[in-house]
Formats: sequence, structure tokens, C-alpha cells
Amino acid sequence: MLKYIFKRIAYMALVMLTVTTITFFLLHLIPGDPITAMVQDLPEETRQNYLAAYGFEQPLGKQYLLYLRQLLTGDLGQSLRYPGRKVADIVANYSPVSALVGGIALLIGVTLGLACGVLAALNRDRWPDRAVMVLALLGTTIPTFVIAALLQYALSVTWPVFPTTGYKGARYLVLPVVCMCVGPLATYARYMRSSMLDVVNADYILTAEAKGLSEGRIVMKHMLRNSLLPCVTMLCVSVAGIFAGSFIVESIFALPGLGRYFISAISDRDYFVVLGLNVVLTGVYVCAILLSDILLMLLDPRIRTGVKA
Amino acid sequence: MRAEDFIIEGGSPASEQELLATKPVTYARDAWNRFKKNKVAVAAAILLLCLTLLVIVGPMVSDYPAAERANARARNLAPNAEHWFGTDSMGRDLFTRVCLGGRASILIGLAGAAIVIVLGSFYGGIAALLGGRADNLMMRTVDILSSVPNLLVILLISVVIDSKSIATMIFAMTVTGWCPTARIVRSQMLRISQSEYIMAARLMDIAPIKIVLRHLIPNTMSVILVDTTFRIPGFIFSEAFLSYVGLGVQPPQTSWGALAAAAQSMFQFYPWQLLFPAGGIALTMLAFTLLGDGLRDALDPRLRR
Repeated sequence: MLKYIFKRIAYMALVMLTVTTITFFLLHLIPGDPITAMVQDLPEETRQNYLAAYGFEQPLGKQYLLYLRQLLTGDLGQSLRYPGRKVADIVANYSPVSALVGGIALLIGVTLGLACGVLAALNRDRWPDRAVMVLALLGTTIPTFVIAALLQYALSVTWPVFPTTGYKGARYLVLPVVCMCVGPLATYARYMRSSMLDVVNADYILTAEAKGLSEGRIVMKHMLRNSLLPCVTMLCVSVAGIFAGSFIVESIFALPGLGRYFISAISDRDYFVVLGLNVVLTGVYVCAILLSDILLMLLDPRIRTGVKA
Repeated sequence: MRAEDFIIEGGSPASEQELLATKPVTYARDAWNRFKKNKVAVAAAILLLCLTLLVIVGPMVSDYPAAERANARARNLAPNAEHWFGTDSMGRDLFTRVCLGGRASILIGLAGAAIVIVLGSFYGGIAALLGGRADNLMMRTVDILSSVPNLLVILLISVVIDSKSIATMIFAMTVTGWCPTARIVRSQMLRISQSEYIMAARLMDIAPIKIVLRHLIPNTMSVILVDTTFRIPGFIFSEAFLSYVGLGVQPPQTSWGALAAAAQSMFQFYPWQLLFPAGGIALTMLAFTLLGDGLRDALDPRLRR
């Protein structure tokens, strides 16, 4: 089991290295240097000084090694556009908002989604199933910005119940949270339904029925537990996703989260922030996958014994 | 041993009438019959056809390119008899714009899916056929590539190549987009090559290339077709997302995503400017998803009831 975990960690490191390498060279493939890209009419001497200060005059290979060493010491780099603004600080300042909004939305979305999925599976081909599946389909096909716009139009323009944009209190969070929980709700409902339907026909359910267990007990103890397993994998990735924030929802509702900052860094062409945030977000994502693998191994005896054998 | 070596005892050979009684049903015909019975999928297919026709024919009806010209005296008009969808902030006919945007969006969806499917199918197919170490290496590469969050890749590539045209945007979206398809195709091919009829074919000493051409590829086609249908809405959504954050289609070209993005800031005053392109995106994505569901049910005989 330990060997398996070590193998996964080594693999994760390889992924991170590849991603960092590709991102680094991609960003340096951009024609011209970052200083010229920002200000055109800079005196040649000043330009050279800037380049030297950031180490851009060195050969690309050396820059790459320097960057890797810098990353290993935990320094994620700093903004070119706003000197002194460090990527680590950006993450520390902006991710709590993303995590708060995304966390609440995910909690509501997953809980409702799982409940809807179970409801649909237990009433297969009857109206609750149909209703849940139609809602889930709409939830996955209507783009988030459309949902956001409709919510804003209905609940803050036509009937001004909630504020349109901003981040000044709990009331400002309602619309973004509703908007962001639609996606997980739809996905988890669909997923849980099919996962439950897989379990319904399993032999151990037949055994449980033959033993004369009550239906409630069968559903709670046998079906739910087993069909929740595949959802664990998804949940870890979802949790990693809330940290990154939602690019679109944060932009629309003007929430000061990491997603919105990422978009603004892109439109600012602030390459080093983009690079740094990319490394951070990929790192979180890869860690989540590792965590879900380990969790799944702890929860599912079949995988555990498979590793030992 | 040949067929002639067997002696059939008892029972007379089937008469001509008996042979004709049941027409042989090919796989394609069988699938088509099943598809036809699925009302939702047929409706989705018809809806898609209508949408496509609309975006092709629409601009011709609305006196394009005159309708594309900015008109200072007809800004932000509500939908009326002359301008069916109203006008935008520059006084351009929104119906024409939505149709033109739809052309771009649907084209991006189709082109993106086509590229991803071709690349992924070849990659996955080759990995499955080579097997062993090559397969392992190829699939590890796919694992690493798909460990990077998809939207981040698209954003990053768009920033780097400073995407300004539809072609560069499709490139950004397909760079790692082929990975899931490669996985699906590989696993389907491996599953088929382990089935009994392939073993039978091998035992009969049929050339490997023939097995690949006659059995493996045709039997993977249905999976590929279903995957294509599910990928198209994904690309339409990615395009909308990219255009929405300003990295997508640039003016004077337009797309549904770009139209929606332009309408967002004035949404509270002129909601229809957002509703029409957004409705286009939602309807198209919905139709492709339903069509994909229908195709999957029709093409997979195991789901037959």
C-alpha cells in the first residue's frame, strides 16, 4: 500500500514537472520579450536594465533551471505588471473568497445532487426520475453565464431581492452560490443515478432482500454506501475546482476571487502571474487526484487487496 | 475442414421461400430502426437541422450585408417587424448577427470535434494495436496530458498564441482535447480484440491486417460516432467561454459567445441581446447531447430491450 502511494506521488511529481516545463517554454515562445510587450518606447538602456533585473538576458535553458530552483524553494514568482506583488500573496488574498463561495455552492450542489440521483434511481422510469433527468440535462447544457444573467434579471432587476454584483455581505453571495451549484447538482444527480442503477442489480442486494431486510435498510446500508464510492473520485476533483474559483461566475458577479484575478492577469498579459497561478492550480488538481486515489483505496477493499496481491 | 466436409443429417435444406421470409438486417439498418423509435433523439436531430438551416439561410433573408452595417439611428431597438431580434448597440440587425455568430459557433464545434476525433482515434488505435511497451508509454503520455485541467490549457495556449482567429482558437481547444477520445478508442479496441470472434478469426489464420480492417475498426466506429456527438457541444461551450473572457473570436467576426459577452454589460436594459445568442448556445448543446444519447442507445445492441 505504501509502495502504491509512493508510486502515485512520484507520478504526480512527473506530471507537475511536465506541466511546469511546457508552460514555461510556451510563455517564452512568445515573440519579443515581456518588457517590450508592456512598454514600447522605453530607452534602450532602461530596457536592458529591466531585462537583466528579471534575468531575461540569460539563455533560455538557464532561465528554466533558475525558475525550477526558485519553484523548489517555494517561491512562485511575482507579477511583472505590478512589481512586488507575489503570486503566493495573490493566492493567499484571493483564494479564500473563491473557496467560500465555491465551498458553499459545492456543498449545496452535491447534497441536493446526490439526493436527486437517489430519488431518480429508486423511482426509475417514473415521473420523479424523468423530472430529475430533464433538470440535470438542462443544468449541464445551459451555460453558466446564461443562468447568471437570468438570475440577475429576475432577482435583482425585476424584483430587487438581491444585489446584482459586489462582495459586501452574505446577501451578495446568494446569487453566485445559486448559480454555481447548478453545475454540480446536475452532474452529481446524473452520476449518482447511474451509479445506483448499477448497484440495484448486484447479487448482494438480492441476498439482502432474501434475508428479509427492510427496504429502507437495504437502501441505506447496501445501496447508498456502495454507489457513493465512485462519487468520491469526483468529489476530490470538485473540491480542487472550488479553490481555483469559477472564472465566469466571479467575473459576472464581481467577486474578488482567484478565478477573476486569473482572467484579469490574462488580459493584462501578466505572464509570470499566469505561469505561477497555472502551477498552483495544476498542483492542487493533481493533489486532489492523488487524494481521491488514496481515499478510494481505503474505502474499497477490492482495490486494497488488489494492491497487496 | 471445409463446409463440404460436413454431412447434414436430418432436416431438409431451407427452401427458397424460407430463406426469403426474414430479410437479413444489417447492423446499420438495425441501428437506424432503433434510432427512429427514439422520439426525443429524432426531435433533437430535426432541431439541429433547423438551426443549421437557419444560420445558413438567415443572413440571406435579412438583406445581408446591409443589415451588418452600423446604423446610429437604430441602436438597441427591441425586437420588431423589421428587426426580428432587435438591434445591437451599434444598430446592427441582431437576427443577422446571431445567424453569423451561429455559423462560427457551430463550425467551431464541428471542426474541433472532427480534429479531436481523428487525432484521438489514430492515437488510441495505434496504441491498442502496438500493445506492450509502446502502448504503455503512449497511454502514460495521455495520462500526464490529461492531468492538466482542460480550461487552463485552453486559456494558456490562447494567451501564448494570442488567439485572434478561429483557427488558432480551435488549435488551443484541441491541443489536449484528443486525450479522452484516445482512451475511449483504445479501450474499445482492446475489449473487442479479447472477444471470442476475434479469437476465432485468429485461429482460422486470418491475416492480422484483415482482422483489423474487418472487425476492429468497424466495431469501434459506433463508439467514435457517439463520442463525436458528445464532443461537439463541449467545443461550442469552450468557444463561448473563451469569447466571453475576451480571448475568442474578435470583431468584426462574431460568434454566439462573443455576442453574449457583448450583451452582458447592457443586459439589464436590453435583455434580448443576450437571450438570443444564449438561447442558440443552449439549444444547440441540448440538441447535440440528446442526439448523442439517442445514438448511443441505438448503436449499442447490448442496451436493446
